[in-house]
Amino acid sequence: MANEVEEEEMKRIVTETEKTFAKNFNIFDLPDVAPGLPPHLELQRTRVFCKNDAPIHTTSVSYSGAYNAVGENNSVKLESFSENFRVEVISTSPDGMELEFDMIGIDAAIANAFRRILLAEVPTMAIEKVFVANNTSIVQDEVLAHRMGLIPIVANPRIFEYLSENDQPNEKNTIVFKLHAKCAKGEVRRKVLTNELIWLPNGSELVKESGVSTSKPKTFTSFCRSQDSFPEFADNPIAPSYPDILIAKLGPGQEIELEAHAVKGIGKTHAKWSPVATAWYRMLPEVILQKEFEGEQAQKLVRACPAKVFDIEDMGNGRKRTKVARPRDCTLCRECLREEFGEPKPKAKGEDKSKREWIDNVALRRVKNHFIFKIESTGSLPPDVLFTEAVKILEDKCERVIADLS
Amino acid sequence: MEHGSFTNEREGTFTLAEEDHTLANAVRFMLNQDPRVTLAGYSIPHPSLECVNIRVQTTGDPAREVLKDACQELMIMNRHVRSVFDKAVAEFKAEQEQKKQREIDSMDIETH
Repeated sequence: MANEVEEEEMKRIVTETEKTFAKNFNIFDLPDVAPGLPPHLELQRTRVFCKNDAPIHTTSVSYSGAYNAVGENNSVKLESFSENFRVEVISTSPDGMELEFDMIGIDAAIANAFRRILLAEVPTMAIEKVFVANNTSIVQDEVLAHRMGLIPIVANPRIFEYLSENDQPNEKNTIVFKLHAKCAKGEVRRKVLTNELIWLPNGSELVKESGVSTSKPKTFTSFCRSQDSFPEFADNPIAPSYPDILIAKLGPGQEIELEAHAVKGIGKTHAKWSPVATAWYRMLPEVILQKEFEGEQAQKLVRACPAKVFDIEDMGNGRKRTKVARPRDCTLCRECLREEFGEPKPKAKGEDKSKREWIDNVALRRVKNHFIFKIESTGSLPPDVLFTEAVKILEDKCERVIADLS
Repeated sequence: MEHGSFTNEREGTFTLAEEDHTLANAVRFMLNQDPRVTLAGYSIPHPSLECVNIRVQTTGDPAREVLKDACQELMIMNRHVRSVFDKAVAEFKAEQEQKKQREIDSMDIETH
């Protein structure tokens, strides 16, 4: 009899709906459990912490299931990427050859790919062969040739083709320059600058020596038509980016006569083909004061920062506190995290615990998916075109892999 | 080129010739974002060899398809980056132009 009662009770306590509820129960469905990652994990995921001794949480968490245990999906969906990705142009230089912009909402892996491609894989034109007819200057032929190679040239590389080993140099793959500079006897020493380089749109003028005498002398290039007739070069002739780059110096009686052939190439082969002086990025600095710094302390904090990140703010009633005015200028020198900041070194270790307190209250961080990108072009293409070219090159790489796999 | 077994297509190592960290690291990132992937990594066997090995292991789908999807996704991402960038630059240039125009206008007023 007692058994029956027990059974009856059991049935009443655990009903079928309760069983299914228990099976499908998920703690994250409860209304008082906040959605998303807990704040400390979210901070570790999105920020690099710059501590006194070393930065921590520097890597980006890329594994899609990294936060499964707290019910968060870490994978980046294309839609959410498209929604969140932003670009903000900050500044350009007066000549338009430098560009600074913010790229927000992208991972370092991809931002770095853009940077690496800019440095090493966007093609440009650079002098590859130098035919020296006469050189009596003190600069040796090979040194002179190397210097010539490094001169940036304004010519859209997209109109040109690569010159492969067995190709004849022609108007589609070679740009020819002539240089003839002389310092007469009795004159003073002079400079040879890039403005003396003369573009030869009809190709080489140097005659190839050959045993057989033919009616038409052969030169080092075989141009079918003049590069003048290209619509791209009709208005703006090909020339070095800057007219005042020093090539050599000539003493009295010295002379240089040569012809230089520029071809298309990429920075991976030789740095002279790199289209940028440099391209770099940094993550956005974030400076947070976790408590109010007032009075004398505020002054000290402002003084301690060599990048002038902090300002003094008036709170009224004669009270003043520190304000983070220019976090973007922060170089993360960590001068504000030093124990003896703005003060002579403490005499003994662990003497003053109060100092430790404010060190812990200034947080220096970097935003992991916010990149301040800077491109400094050498002048062959404007930096915005260089960036789009770089992205296109990465696209082509992907396409190639897909084609290989199919 | 693919090195893998014929019986188990859930895992494979893919050798990409003439590639380096530039592509491999980006692809690895894309692969790790994919919930179907249990392991993804890459290595460059020797600095003088121009190739990378990309290792992909999945929960069940063919590794080759997953890698292809990752590349596809990266490509779409790039296309989006390009369009957003072009738009931002165009906007900035227009703004700059406007600023210049305004400066000229204000100078005219001062001289008159």
